[in-house]
Amino acid sequence: MSENKNEKLKNITEKEDVLLNVKNLQVSFDTYGGEVKAVRGVNFKLDKGETLAVVGESGCGKSVTAQSIMQLIPMPPGRIKSGEVWLDGRDLLKYSDKEMEKVRGKEISMIFQDPMTSLNPTMKVGKQIMEALIKHQNMSKSEAKDKAVEMLKLVGLPNPERRAEQYAHEYSGGMRQRAMIAIALSCNPKLLIADEPTTALDVTIQAQIMDLMADLQKKLDTAIILITHDLGVVADVAKKIAVMYAGVIIEYGTYKDIFYNPKHPYTWGLLLSVPRLDVKKDLRLVPIEGTPPDLIAPPKGCPFAARCENAMKICKEKMPEEIKVNGSEEGEHFARCWLYHDLAPKVDNPVTKRRAKLNE
Amino acid sequence: MNETLISVRDLKKYFTVRGGKTLKAVDGISFDIHKGETLGLVGESGCGKSTAGRTIVRLYEATGGEIIYKDTNINKLNKKQLKDYTRHAQMIFQDPYASLNPRMTVTDIVGEGIDIHNLYKGMERQKRIYEILELVGLSREHANRFPHEFSGGQRQRIGVARALAIEPDFIVADEPISALDVSIQAQVVNLLKDLQDELDLTYLFIAHDLSMVKHISDRVAVMYLGSIMELTESNELYDNPLHPYTKALMSAVPIPDPDVSRAKKRIILQGDVPSPIDVPTGCKFQGRCPIAEDICRVEEPALREVLPGHEVACHMVKKP
Repeated sequence: MSENKNEKLKNITEKEDVLLNVKNLQVSFDTYGGEVKAVRGVNFKLDKGETLAVVGESGCGKSVTAQSIMQLIPMPPGRIKSGEVWLDGRDLLKYSDKEMEKVRGKEISMIFQDPMTSLNPTMKVGKQIMEALIKHQNMSKSEAKDKAVEMLKLVGLPNPERRAEQYAHEYSGGMRQRAMIAIALSCNPKLLIADEPTTALDVTIQAQIMDLMADLQKKLDTAIILITHDLGVVADVAKKIAVMYAGVIIEYGTYKDIFYNPKHPYTWGLLLSVPRLDVKKDLRLVPIEGTPPDLIAPPKGCPFAARCENAMKICKEKMPEEIKVNGSEEGEHFARCWLYHDLAPKVDNPVTKRRAKLNE
Repeated sequence: MNETLISVRDLKKYFTVRGGKTLKAVDGISFDIHKGETLGLVGESGCGKSTAGRTIVRLYEATGGEIIYKDTNINKLNKKQLKDYTRHAQMIFQDPYASLNPRMTVTDIVGEGIDIHNLYKGMERQKRIYEILELVGLSREHANRFPHEFSGGQRQRIGVARALAIEPDFIVADEPISALDVSIQAQVVNLLKDLQDELDLTYLFIAHDLSMVKHISDRVAVMYLGSIMELTESNELYDNPLHPYTKALMSAVPIPDPDVSRAKKRIILQGDVPSPIDVPTGCKFQGRCPIAEDICRVEEPALREVLPGHEVACHMVKKP
C-alpha cells in the first residue's frame, strides 16, 4: 500500500521535474532541389537543472532541433511541419513572434559555436549584456551596468569593469565565449542551449569553458542542452545523451547507457571510430563506411541501413520505432533499431567487446 | 631503420605584420624525421605548426635555419632544383573544399603533377590516374567529375591522390582530417596508414587533436608559440609527459569514457596563449606555467634530451 503511494508520489514529482518536452518535431527547408527534411520526428524530455547532450555529425539535424525550440530558424525557407515544444506547461510552437521575444533570453538562452559572429562588433560587450537585462528585468541603465560587470566577473573575466567597456575584437576566442555565456545567463534562464560551444576553441580553452559551464549550472540550476559532434566533450558533463542521425534520434539514454552499453550500430560506429588518448594498445580505428543519406529523399527504411553491417531486409523497408532496450527502471534507454525486435537475430555488441579486450 | 630523411635545424619563419612588427611564427625549431615514420606536430591554433609544415615543403621561404633532405639543403635550391625536391615532398591540406580547383576535373587535378614532372604521357598517364584513384578508395568512374560532386571525405581522398600521383616519399599532412566528420576521419586516417605501409611513405602529420596525433604518429613534437616544448615517442609522451604545457594539454583532452574522464584530474591553464607578436621573455610558456621560477622569466630553455629519445625544453625538468 505504502509502496503504491510512493510510486504515485514519484510520478507526480517526476511530472513536475520536466522542464522541456519536445514531441514529434518535424522541420523542413524548402530549397530549389526540393524539400530537405532536416528533422523528421524528434521526441525528448529534459528535467529541470539537467544536462542533455545531443550528439551527431554535421547535417543530422541537431542544430535545427535546437533552433526550432527557440523558433530561430528562418521561415521561409524553414518550416516547422508539426510537433509540440512544451516548456513548463506551455506549447512554444503556438506562440507568436512577440510572445517568443519574452521567452528568448529570459527563459531560454542560446550560445553558439562562433562567438565572434554572434557578438555585435560595433557595440561594447557590457552594453550587450545590459540589453537583455533592461528588456527582460526592467532594470535601469545603472543597475544593468552593475549587473553586467557582475556577470563578466562571474564568468571569470579578469578586470570586468574595463572589459565591459571593450569591444568583441579586443577579446580572445575564449573570452568571447565567456562573454556570450554572460549574456546568455544574465537573466537567469531555465534552459541554456549550447550549440557546439567549444568547437572553435583550443583544447585548453575548451576545458576552461566546459568547466565554467558546469560550475555555473550548479550555481544557477540551469538546464543545459549541449549540442556537439564530439562524444569526448559529452562524457564529462551530460546526464542524458541523444544520438541523432539523419533527422531522427536513433538512440537515447543515460550517459552510462550510451558509453558502456550502446545499442544502435551507429552509436557503436561513433565510439569505435575515434582514437583514445588513454589507450596504449594500437587498435585500428573502425570507420563507418559510406556517407549519410540525402535528406531531400531520405530512405523509407532505417536511414543508417545503407552503412550498417547488421542491416536486415526489414531495415531497408520500414523505419524502426523507438524500442525500449534497457531492463532496469532507471531512466529510459531506447534505440530505433530492428535488431531489438523480438524476432531479430542476436548480434555481439562490439563496444562492450572492445572494452573487455582493453581491460585484459 | 633510423635513417634520417629530413633534418630540420633551427628553422625560423618570421612575418612582418602591420606596424613593422615581426611575428615569429616559427622561432628556431629542430628535429629529425626518420625514413618511414610518422612525426606528429601538435599544438594549439597559432603555435606555428602549419607554418612549420609549409616552410618544410618550401611553400614559404624560411627566414633562417636549415632543412636538409637527404644531404641537400632545401633552402639553397634554385627553381629547377626545387622542382626536383617537390617531386619527393608533397602536401595534403586541411580544407578539402578550398584546396581543390572547382573548375578542374579529378583527372586534371591528379594529373597536374604528373604533367609538370613529365612522368607519364597519353594512355600511360590515364592508366596511372586510374591506379591512384583506386589506391585511395575512389573508382575510375570518378575521374571525369568535378570536386563539387564529392563529399568532404571523398574530396580529401582526391587531395591524397594528388599528393601521391608523382610517387613522393615524404608527405606533409596539414590537419588533413579536421574538416571531416568523426566517422569519416577514421576512413581517411586508416587510408593514410595503409598507404604508408604499402608505399613506404614518411609523414609529417600536423594536427591539434592529440588523440588522433598519438594514434597515427610514432613520435610527437609539441609546439607552443613557435617553439618545440617536448618531443618523444607517442606512448612515452602520454605515459610520461615532462613539460608542464604538455601535461596541461594532455589533461584537457576529452576522453570518450565517462568513468575515466570524470575521475581524471584536469590541469586548467589560466589565461590565453599570448600573441606571437609580443612573445614573453624567457620561456614562452612562463606566463601560464604553474611551476615557473625566476630563471624561466629570463632565459629561454633549450630543447635537450633528458631521457633516451625524450627531449624537453624546460628549466624545471631535471635529468634523472
